[in-house]
This record gives sequence, structure tokens and C-alpha cells, in this order.
Amino acid sequence: MSTLLFAILSSFLFAILLFGIGQKVFARISWFASILPISLFTYFLSFLGPTSSGETFSYLTKWVPSAGVNLDFRMDSLSTLFTLLITGVGSLVFLYTMKYLKGHKYLLRFYIYLSIFMGAMLGLVTSNNLISLFIFWELTSISSFFLINFKNTERASRKSAITALSITGFGGLALLAFAVLAGGLAGTYSISEMLNSSEALNNSSFTPILLILLFFAAFTKSAQFPFHFWLPGAMKAPTPVSTYLHSATMVKAGIYLLLRFSPHFGDNEIFSTVLITVGSITMLFAGFHTLFRTDMKGILAYSTIGALGIIIFLIGIGTNTSITAAIVFIIVHALYKATLFLLTGTVDHQTGTRDITQLGGLKKHLPILFVAGLLAAVSSAGIPPSVGFLGKDLIYESTLHGNQSILLTTIAVITNVFMVFAGFIVGVKPFVGKVTEKTIEVNKPHWLMWFTPLLLAITGIVFGIFPGIIEGLFTNSISQQLSGSEGMHLKLWHGFTLILLLSFITISLGLLIYFLWKPSSKKVRFMEGFNIASPKHILLKFAEYFEQFSYFLTRVFQNGYLRRYVMILLVLLTVVFGVHVFINPRVFLSLKEIRGLEVSEIIVCVVMFVSILYTVLTRSRLSAIAGMGVLGYSICFIFMFYGAPDLAMTQFLIDTLTVILFVLVLYRLPKYLRLSNNTNRIRDGIIATTFGTFLAFTIIEIMNETPIKKTTEFYAKNAYEMAKGKNIVNVILVDFRGFDTMIEIIVLSIAALGVFALLKLYLKKHEK
Amino acid sequence: MKSIILTTVSKTLLPLLLLFSVFVLLRGHYLPGGGFIAGLIASIAFILHSFANGLKKTRHLLRIHPGFLIPVGLALAIGSAIAPMIFQDLPVMTGLWYHNEIPVIGKIGSALFFDSGVYLVVIGVSLTIIFTISEKA
Repeated sequence: MSTLLFAILSSFLFAILLFGIGQKVFARISWFASILPISLFTYFLSFLGPTSSGETFSYLTKWVPSAGVNLDFRMDSLSTLFTLLITGVGSLVFLYTMKYLKGHKYLLRFYIYLSIFMGAMLGLVTSNNLISLFIFWELTSISSFFLINFKNTERASRKSAITALSITGFGGLALLAFAVLAGGLAGTYSISEMLNSSEALNNSSFTPILLILLFFAAFTKSAQFPFHFWLPGAMKAPTPVSTYLHSATMVKAGIYLLLRFSPHFGDNEIFSTVLITVGSITMLFAGFHTLFRTDMKGILAYSTIGALGIIIFLIGIGTNTSITAAIVFIIVHALYKATLFLLTGTVDHQTGTRDITQLGGLKKHLPILFVAGLLAAVSSAGIPPSVGFLGKDLIYESTLHGNQSILLTTIAVITNVFMVFAGFIVGVKPFVGKVTEKTIEVNKPHWLMWFTPLLLAITGIVFGIFPGIIEGLFTNSISQQLSGSEGMHLKLWHGFTLILLLSFITISLGLLIYFLWKPSSKKVRFMEGFNIASPKHILLKFAEYFEQFSYFLTRVFQNGYLRRYVMILLVLLTVVFGVHVFINPRVFLSLKEIRGLEVSEIIVCVVMFVSILYTVLTRSRLSAIAGMGVLGYSICFIFMFYGAPDLAMTQFLIDTLTVILFVLVLYRLPKYLRLSNNTNRIRDGIIATTFGTFLAFTIIEIMNETPIKKTTEFYAKNAYEMAKGKNIVNVILVDFRGFDTMIEIIVLSIAALGVFALLKLYLKKHEK
Repeated sequence: MKSIILTTVSKTLLPLLLLFSVFVLLRGHYLPGGGFIAGLIASIAFILHSFANGLKKTRHLLRIHPGFLIPVGLALAIGSAIAPMIFQDLPVMTGLWYHNEIPVIGKIGSALFFDSGVYLVVIGVSLTIIFTISEKA
């Protein structure tokens, strides 16, 4: 199954390929980008048959086997569903963007980000290894950051992007901690193998922490209360991004994670209680907020949060029916919400506004889009024969047959009423009613811009009329896999039951609100009055204070003067050494063991001493530098005397270069200044002398220890045998510790780039 | 400040120092030396030349911007590190050695290429930094 690996990684390769094409050429062949999602969609369709009958495919290649981290991909029914959603919605979004962002300066960049995102998302839903799942998870957060930040000249975009990244990034850290902890408890990072040790995961004293970490990861990613606020902010991204990332796929990653782990934790009391509670709060909260928005994308953002809440709530209930309901609802939501988002994009593109109060009567200009909107609204409201009706039915089915049935059913009904409202206000409202100023003259959009939402909307109706498709392909096998028994049988007509009555109540209440409640900017402002108590406000304030605190701390320790840095370091080290020598005085020197000094050594020491004094006391900068140079060369001699020729050579060359650098910089400095008065100089002198004294003590103490020869012996023995070299220092550098050297030369290169870029920038500024 | 003596000497010293740096690079595996030291010697040679003849002439002599040596060196080092993985299915950075000795140079192995990469990177880095700073001055 190495094609699986290639399919998942192909998006990344494709991104590099796109990069190679270049912007000018790409602007003419932007259709080319859509080849990727469409071919991946067809590829993943081929898994549909086998996985729906319970087969799984896996591909494993060793990555870091010693740490248990492998590229372990596994396709089962749940993964197939998500890969098809990602590539299917992806195909339409890729096609749609071609026209939506036509002629945009950075179209190529946009497609590169989208491809990377798609690859990351595919990797996420097919990974069977928790660590690689984490890596793909983070990649989706990062690509989402770049996509939200696409209009990076706008301050609001940048702010939203950083908020989204910090919230989902924190979730990512929680996921990493979860992975490490779960891996430690289960003894493996493989998710499928972890199933065998769900005992260990559930009955450990770490179980509560494990679950908290899992929840934190899933709730931040899937925008659950109180972390929901990054999602409405993320609507600053271009509409195709909102469609794709922030409605159909990425925000479902948290749900995927919970579904994936529901067999592991399904019987756990905490697992279900927390999911039901958080899901309920989010549903009600987000549903209520849809009433107080006038921006179409704002309404859709809150209804997305609500829908995600519903799915989390269903996973929490955890019965066979509710898992089936969750799966169906994922499909339902992806279909109608993507339709509504794409529709919003087209309306925005043609009229220049997304404000619901300024839109009306678009039916005349965009009749086909209206059909798509109506179908999506019908599906969102759960009116038969749409697939939404199936979804809503199943939700009530699961809430009615469980504990607390009255409470849970009421919550579900209220939320669904809001969903009806949200679907109609976005899907129908702009097209009916009076023509407004903005909608008098509207150009016809390109066919791709109405065809893509229409296709999604029609799919929703087809699935509704033939529920057997979803059942046969997905729900049966997925609930088999997650809860061990076949899912509910799906059908449109159940007869006159309580559920039908509830459905009827929901739809009529929703429509009633739609006809009576008129969103207005006044109501938006009213709601903004409560912002001060919102989690967003609290978290942002916290972030602000934290920033101020770290700014203060940085100013104290790093005030930009080199002498301050050196002083802080020396004082700290002096204290450490001093405390050590004071508590544990083991400094003794037996004069007998010390051999007498050679004449050459005495000369070097005298030279060193004189050069130090000269450097400190001189009033000319050039002579101070020369003094430092003499000191450096004298140190070379010391290295030579004690048998470290490599070190001596390096020291000699580096000292030469340092002096050259100093002399070069010298021209740019102001005339020699006495930067410190005498008191300061005396203080610095005391610090320096104390530090030197304690350092000397420590060295004497080290000399009394019996040296550990093991490492030295290893290198001495193996340098020639294994690395065929006689110069141990060099063999260590290029062979034994070659990897360190490699990192070092990379760091060096980065430093050179930094110096080059900074100085060039400075030069340019001054030339102007 | 141009001194005729320095200008004349630097013209002779530059090739000599460069030759010496290659010598230090090659002998590094057995005797004191190696890519890092050799790279420093070579860059000092160029800096000496620039002091004596002016930066413009040294740049002309080099033909390319010293910064270009950095990616070349990095590629050489990384290439020698992953070569065993690609050609012989061994772990990264396994030392590969050519059995027969080559006159003058001695035994050739992947470590030599790695060290040459270090050599180029060090020349590139130090010349880039010093040339940029002296340009400013």
C-alpha cells in the first residue's frame, strides 16, 4: 500500500511543484491546481467499497523506530469518510477559488497553502500513530494561520490569525502531552494497538489528566465553549478558506479525534458527562448568538460552532444510535454548510457586501444560486426529503432513548430551532424581499461560482432521498468499528411518532423566528455590550497582561547594553560558584604535586597580565583591541604548552578575525567615551575579580576529582578503528559528533544571513 | 592607506595561504587541522588581500558573492551525510571509505566531503559577515 503514503504526501510535493511554476505562469493555468484534489478524491473513492465492508488497509514505514514513532497510515471506514470529505469539498473549493480570487496577486500562494493544508488534513485522519497524528494536527493549525492571515495587510486579519493559532496551538500541545502519556500507559503509540490496553488507559491514576488533555485538544480545535471565539475571528479569511477549513474539515479534526478514541474511553463516565455538558453549552450559546449577527459569515460561524457542539454532544451520549447520528450529522453539516459558505462568497463577490440587512431580492439576478441556497436551508432546517431531516431525526432518536431524556431533548430542540433560523437567514433571506441599493445591478457570476454550491446542495437532497447510500457506505461499518454493533437503519419515513412531532415543532418555531426576528446592527451592538464577560475578552485581557509582564521582565534583564548582559551573567555565576565553595569547601592544593613553572610559561603569564591591565586602563579604543589580541594569542600559547594544538590553531585564527572585525566596526563608533564613572568601574572590578577567584577555586576542586576516562578511552580506541582517523578532535567533529557539526554550520549560515540582511537593510535605509 | 609592500606581498600570499588552507583541510584527519581551521585560514587570506588592495578588487577576484559558498557547502555536507542512506541503505552519516589510497591525498571517505562542506561554509560565512561590515564602514 505504498500508494497510500504517496497519496497522502503528494499534496506536499504538489505544493513544491506549484512553487516551481511561478506566479506569472500559474495565473494563466490556475485550473491546474484542481487536478490534485480531484485525483485524490477518485483515489480515495476506491477505498469506499472495501472499507464499507469492514476491511482496513495499512501502510507502515519506520521513521524513528527507537522512539516508537512511525509513519503508520491506516484506512478504515471512518478515515475513508473523512478523506472523502476533505478531497471532495476540497475539489469544489479549489475550483471555486479559481474564479473567486481570479487575478489576485497572490493566487499561487493561496493554492500552495491550501495544498499543504489538504496534505496535513489527510495525514491527520489516516495516521495510526499518535505522534505523527500530532505532527499533522499542528501542520493544519499552521496552514490555517497562513490562510486566515492571507490578507495580511489588514490588522484585523493578523490579530484573528494569531488568536486562532494560539488557541489551536495550545490544544496541539495538549495533544502532544496526551500522546506521550497515553503512549506511556499503553506501551505503544499505535492507536489501533492501544485498543488492547484500554484497561490501562481507563483505570490508571492518570486517567483524569489523560482525558483533560484529550478534551483540551479536541475542544480548542473544534471551537467548543469557552474556546469557540477563534472561529468567528477566523472568518477574516477569504470565503473559500472559511468553507474548507473552518466549516467542513479542520474544525472537524477535534471531532475526529474524539470519535477515534471513543472506543478507548467510551465506557468512561467522565468522558460522556464532559462531552454532553460542553456540547450542550456550546450548542445553546452558539445557537443563541446567531440571532445577533448581521454578517452572513458571522451567522454561519456561530451556526458551525453550534453544529460542532451537537456532534460532540452526540459522541458524549455514546449509544449506537447517537454515534450513527453523529456520523450522519457530520455529512449533513459538511454538505449544507459548505453550500451556504460558497453561496455567501458568491453573493459577496457580486454585490460587495455580506451584511444581511443590506441584501434582498437577489432572486432575479441569481436564480440558480437561490435554488442552491433554498436546498441548503431546507437541509439545515431538517425538512424532508433532505439529508438534514435524517440527521435531525437521529438526534432526537438518541436523546429520547437515554438518561435525562427530557432535558437533553429540550436542549436539542432549542438548538435545532436556531439552526433552522440560521439556514434560512443566510440561504433564503438575501434572495427574497425588496431589492436594496446594493442589489439593483448585479453581474452574472462565472458558472463555477453557482455550480459548486448547487452540486453540494443537490448531493444533500440525493442522500436524503436514498438514505441507503449513507447507511451502506458509512454508518454501518463505522458504528460497527466504534461501538461494536451495526448502526441504526436509516429511513426517511418512520410513521407518525413523537420524533415527527418534535421535528414539526422545531421547523415551525424556526420559521416563526425567521419571519418575526429581523437582525439589525442595533441588536448586534446590544450583544456587544456583554462582551466584557465573554471568554474571548477574558482570555485576550490575560494575554495582554502577560505580554506586559514579559515586556517588563525583558527590559529588566535585557536592556540592550552588552555590559549589562555580561554583568548579570557573571554575578549569577559568581553566586552559584560562591555558594558551592562556601557550603562545600573541598578546595585544597598540595604543593608537592605541582611541578614548577617553566620559564616560557612565566613569560606568557606575565604578558597576559600586562595585556589585561593595559586593556583595562588604556584610553584608546584601538589599543584596547590590540591588548585583547595579545591576550588571545597568549592563550594560544597556553593551549600549545598543554597539548591542544587544534584548539590553539582555532583560537589563533578566531582571535585574528575578531581583531579585524573590531577594527572594521571601530570606524563606525563614536569617539572613545567614558561610559562609566569611577564607582561603576570599581564595582565592575570587584565583580570581575570575585568571579575569577571563584572560578579558580572551582577549577582547583575539579582537579582533585578523579577524572572519568571512559569517554576519552572510547574515542582513543575507536577513532582509528572505526573512523580511520588519527586526529581524535577532528574525528569527533566530522564523524562521531558529525551531526552536531552539521547543525553548527547551519546555525553559522543563519547568522551570516542575519548579519547580511540587517546591514543591507540599514544601508538601503540610509541611501534614501 | 595603501602600502606598496603590503600590496605586493598580499598578491603572493593569497595563493600560498589558500594552498596552505587546503593542506590543513586534507591533513585534518590525521594531524591537527580540519575544515573549520582551514576555512578560517582561507578567509583570512582573502581579507588580507582586501585590506591591501581594496574590497572591490577582492570581490572581482572572487567573481561570485562569498554568500554563494554557504549553500554549496551545506549541500556538500548534507549530501555526504545522507549518501550512505541513499546508496547503501545504511544509517545517516555512516562513514563510507574508498579502499585504495590516492597519492598525496591519502584515503578518501565521506568524512572528507563533509569536512570540505564545513570548509566552504566557514569561508562563506566569515567573508559574508566581514565584507558586509567593511562595506558599511
